[in-house]
Amino acid sequence: MATLIFLLSAAALLQFFISYCRSLIAASIKQPLSAEVRDVTGIPSTTSGEDFARVIQLLDLCPESPRERGHIRAINAYFQLLTFLRSTVARIIPALIAWTDMERGQCTYFAAVALDRRIAFSRDMLAQQIEV
Amino acid sequence: MIVCALSRHSFRRYLCLNLYMLSSLLVSAGRYWALIQYGLRSNEYKYFYFYSDAVLTIFLYLALITLYLRVFDEMNVEKYVRFAAVLLLAGTALFSYGVVQQSSNKMLTGFFFELSQNLYFVGLVLTYVLWGAILKLRETRTQLIQLVLSLGIYFSAFAASFALGNMFPGDYRFLGYVVPVFGCLLPLAWAYAFWKLTPDARMSTARLAVVPR
Repeated sequence: MATLIFLLSAAALLQFFISYCRSLIAASIKQPLSAEVRDVTGIPSTTSGEDFARVIQLLDLCPESPRERGHIRAINAYFQLLTFLRSTVARIIPALIAWTDMERGQCTYFAAVALDRRIAFSRDMLAQQIEV
Repeated sequence: MIVCALSRHSFRRYLCLNLYMLSSLLVSAGRYWALIQYGLRSNEYKYFYFYSDAVLTIFLYLALITLYLRVFDEMNVEKYVRFAAVLLLAGTALFSYGVVQQSSNKMLTGFFFELSQNLYFVGLVLTYVLWGAILKLRETRTQLIQLVLSLGIYFSAFAASFALGNMFPGDYRFLGYVVPVFGCLLPLAWAYAFWKLTPDARMSTARLAVVPR
């Protein structure tokens, strides 16, 4: 009985986690990327999963706003899950490759939007320090 | 989370969720007091911990029911949802009592542990049904969607942890690390939903389903 409950709960957890991450991405996908972030990240009109690691490295260079920390970690975990799926299950089901690529690209977009916000946050902090 | 809800004028809109968080804060303070006063292995602390956990789980269950009422608010089924919720809560309590009655450990803490564990699983099933209803009804309120999804993650994580505890009884080292982390997820996710999203924010649920609809 406990094994059955564990399996059902783990499956539900995975499904809720994926839907939650997609809801976070969907909320950020409406925000346009500034030209500055496009220049810094080298992202053209569409984002690709290959740029994710680079955008995360740039994110780590910026002072973080405490409110966003958990969500970037959640998207990072989602990206790792997609990468794992792409290198394992997608080899058996090729249709999954296109889906994981699209999702990984959207993860990169989410990270780029977060980078945009962090740059604005740093700029505000700097402006406040100059005023003081 | 309460500060975020207050600053965004969402405290009354999601009153039950905020009251749950408030009671969770008070219970945490109470547990700390009991821990300092009586020690980790004392019966007083054990009783306080398991009783408060069961009460908090019931509060969270009630908070989930208010989310049901919110999703179905235009269908005039409030009466039926409340009735079904009370019936299910009573049924879960009776089932837990039956399980404890049959076991050799007839301590009251055993009943409350069993009740919490069963309520987490019932909560998970109910959240799953609610998520299905959200997808079916094409609910678009982003804040509500994120509140439900984070509750789903919380319930399923705890139900899986309790089940794992039952599969390997006596080995709580893993749970000792994982449970506090899961405990932080819900307030963080709800705080984000209240702080970042306006009540008017909308999204299409079609792109959220794991299996494309």
